[in-house]
Amino acid sequence: MFKVADSPLDGRVPDGAIADKWDNRKNELKLVSPNNKRKYDVIVVGTGLAGASAAASLAEMGYNVKAFCFQDSPRRAHSIAAQGGINAAKNYPNDGDSIWRLFYDTVKGGDFRARESNVFRLASVSGSIIDQCVAQGVPFAREYGGTLANRTFGGAQVSRTFYARGQTGQQLLLGAYSSLMRQVGAGKVTLMPRREMMDLIVDEGVTRGIVCRNLKTGEMEAHTGHAVVLATGGYGNVFYLSTNAKGCNVTAAWRCHRRGAYFANPCYTQIHPTCIPVSGDYQSKLTLMSESLRNDGRVWVPKSADDKRAPNEIPEDDRDYYLERRYPAFGNMVPRDVASRAAKERCDEGFGVGETKQAVYLDFKHAIERDGEDVIRSKYGNLFHMYQKITAENPYQVPMRIYPAVHYTMGGLWVDYNLESSVPGLFVLGEANFSDHGANRLGASALMQGLADGYFVLPYTVGDHIGKHGSSLKPLGNDHPVVQEALESATSRVNSILAVNGTKSPDSIHRQLGQIMWDKCGMARTAAGLKQAAEEIRALRDVFWNEVKVLGTGDSFNQNLEHAGRLADFLEFAELFATDAWHREESCGGHFREEHQTEDNEARRDDENFCYAAAWEFQGVGEQPVLHKEPMEFNEVALSTRSYK
Amino acid sequence: MSGQGMNLTLRVWRQAGSEAKGEFRFYQLNNVSEHMSFLEMLDVLNERLIKLGEEPVAFDHDCREGICGMCSLMINGQAHGPDNETTTCQLHMRRFRDGDTITIEPWRAKAFPVIRDLVVDRTSFDRVISAGGFVSVNAGNAPDANCLLVPKQDQEKAMDAAACIGCGACVAACKNASAMLFTSAKVSQMSLLPQGKPERAQRVLKMVAQMDEEGFGSCTNTSECEAACPAGISVDNIARLNREYLKAVVFSDEGV
Repeated sequence: MFKVADSPLDGRVPDGAIADKWDNRKNELKLVSPNNKRKYDVIVVGTGLAGASAAASLAEMGYNVKAFCFQDSPRRAHSIAAQGGINAAKNYPNDGDSIWRLFYDTVKGGDFRARESNVFRLASVSGSIIDQCVAQGVPFAREYGGTLANRTFGGAQVSRTFYARGQTGQQLLLGAYSSLMRQVGAGKVTLMPRREMMDLIVDEGVTRGIVCRNLKTGEMEAHTGHAVVLATGGYGNVFYLSTNAKGCNVTAAWRCHRRGAYFANPCYTQIHPTCIPVSGDYQSKLTLMSESLRNDGRVWVPKSADDKRAPNEIPEDDRDYYLERRYPAFGNMVPRDVASRAAKERCDEGFGVGETKQAVYLDFKHAIERDGEDVIRSKYGNLFHMYQKITAENPYQVPMRIYPAVHYTMGGLWVDYNLESSVPGLFVLGEANFSDHGANRLGASALMQGLADGYFVLPYTVGDHIGKHGSSLKPLGNDHPVVQEALESATSRVNSILAVNGTKSPDSIHRQLGQIMWDKCGMARTAAGLKQAAEEIRALRDVFWNEVKVLGTGDSFNQNLEHAGRLADFLEFAELFATDAWHREESCGGHFREEHQTEDNEARRDDENFCYAAAWEFQGVGEQPVLHKEPMEFNEVALSTRSYK
Repeated sequence: MSGQGMNLTLRVWRQAGSEAKGEFRFYQLNNVSEHMSFLEMLDVLNERLIKLGEEPVAFDHDCREGICGMCSLMINGQAHGPDNETTTCQLHMRRFRDGDTITIEPWRAKAFPVIRDLVVDRTSFDRVISAGGFVSVNAGNAPDANCLLVPKQDQEKAMDAAACIGCGACVAACKNASAMLFTSAKVSQMSLLPQGKPERAQRVLKMVAQMDEEGFGSCTNTSECEAACPAGISVDNIARLNREYLKAVVFSDEGV
């Protein structure tokens, strides 16, 4: 199903002790003088935490920035939906936290599949992120004395998570957005909303710009500059049902992949344990209930599989608090992959609850008895409110019913230590890259990574590229052959989709794709299932190109066409996903292969053969991709079996 | 979820483009489950329209969990429909009854021109923010976060205001299409926090000026905005904006 490259891939990690690497790299990076920065144009695609913070920071430094998003405003980006919090090694609670501990927890939480040096940098800049956000006016929760408050998140034994009620992502994004809008007002950022990136413009091996479709008018536009920054989020919607916003897609990343950017570890998917279960076949998305709820909620199922009683009528002795039973050290606060698999295991064994039996209870009874309803309301009021709106049940009185759902994707475009992809001049940030979370992301670390990349890493490293190449890159006009070719290829793709004129809606095909992915590439995977998934995906791709029906025209506002275009890319990407999952003959983090588990059903890693990032090179649709292996070296945190018992 | 669903008549605003003439069209939709969200009901309608060869109804939506502010819709004359503090994407069909006729329209305001069907252009909100809805602090400039103590009650009030999702329901609900609730939420957040103090006067003056320039109407304190707001933003913020504005005009160097 694939070929392997001859030589290993180099992550270009700087020399020196782990704590010195980032300083050493910064000392080597080329600088662009303040007067020269205004001569250079940087394109930023995506305006979530990573994109908005990068665009604002680059503009503050003096570069000319164009910021693109597919929504009507940069403030809509899906970072806004993050609920629980953001980690930082401030050690304000004086409970023994440090940069080292945050680094250690993240490497271990990622099941030893992240790049150690990147994770250390992430932990080192985490404190500055909180400082920056507070300075912007982000209203983090505070203690009565006026200092910042913290709470605990999964996979950690210290309180290092900063939060703004259950709306931390919203407040951080609005902070980054306000910085971005300040630069828009100052004329340093040109905002390009309702644009879908359709292609990457590469000239002589160097990234020069993008082609995008103006979603209001359907016009294809070419935008060129001296560097492109991709911050376009994850690909969870390949599963159709996920906690992602409906518009989240892989298109921008996949288009870059087709132009030469390697795609790393696509199979690493995070299935979040606490989501509201599916209720019917019309279901359009799944809603997350923040992991922070596990601080006070206890997860359980009845001890007897045929217990028909209402949850409140089931006495303590007949309840199985299975996380506390299996993982006494971390209890309900085990990492997400562990909690999700444990829920699936109980439901597969027939202990699930509710009408579909595909759910477990998350119960606040003890917390309410202990702290009172008002305290619980002040911590989680908006989440309880949301749960009640969706299910028409009152979680203050009856336990929540929850089930795992696709939430975050750790895989993404391969980047080196500078966050530069395998195509020079293309930088990839946040969830769109692969580098910091390994095979499993810990709670409250996505916000941290997005802002670390955008405020404190990319602004330095992009200067190195521009310092080296900027003055030799001549402006590319719309009539340049590479620009023409990219414009034509994007236009012809849109026209091909419209020309099919079959009978199936994009949504119906997307649901089919989601079903294949959930059944065979979801929480438990097997070699045979994955192989079959790849075949089914190929067949479904044919169905799409022969039978999809998209009404309307390409030169108008056409949401159905937008969806079809994204689906076409998901259908190509999904095959790579299945291939990657098939090739990785081990279980690690979010990637669980049934063949590779211990006797008590824990994941069994194979460090001997798979301690590398799998970076895939595109060879054509349906062609065998080439696998480049970047060895993951662990010099600081010894490779060990991850245990939360 | 089997069993008999609801039979509904949908009266939907259709408009091919910003310059085109719009009209209501009627659609019958049967067997609608009470557990569907309102937007899932529209998804079902659109799937049916595609089968029939009619272009689906365009509507803005993204997160579908009530936080991104992308969804909109006037539902039976109410912004985001009948439920309090609920966005359209969080509204569920159990709120409706078998046999109901539901009228669905876009936000209607001069500053929110229709793009297509139920989709409007809300970039005027972005321009109001870019006029002053920020603290001027560059990345890398910040002191340690705990150097700045913020009383818990001030932070809570600031958070109440900061919860605005920028959906535009306040404008749509207002007979004058005023953006005072939206603008005041940002002004309040910043004026309640010490970080916002240095630019306090120019912020309120510039944001109000931009709001007027965009063609939003005046506020006559009818509080429809508060009633429609899915994020529970209080009109107290409007009072706070008015105080800030008055202070800026009378006492600051920025005042004119």
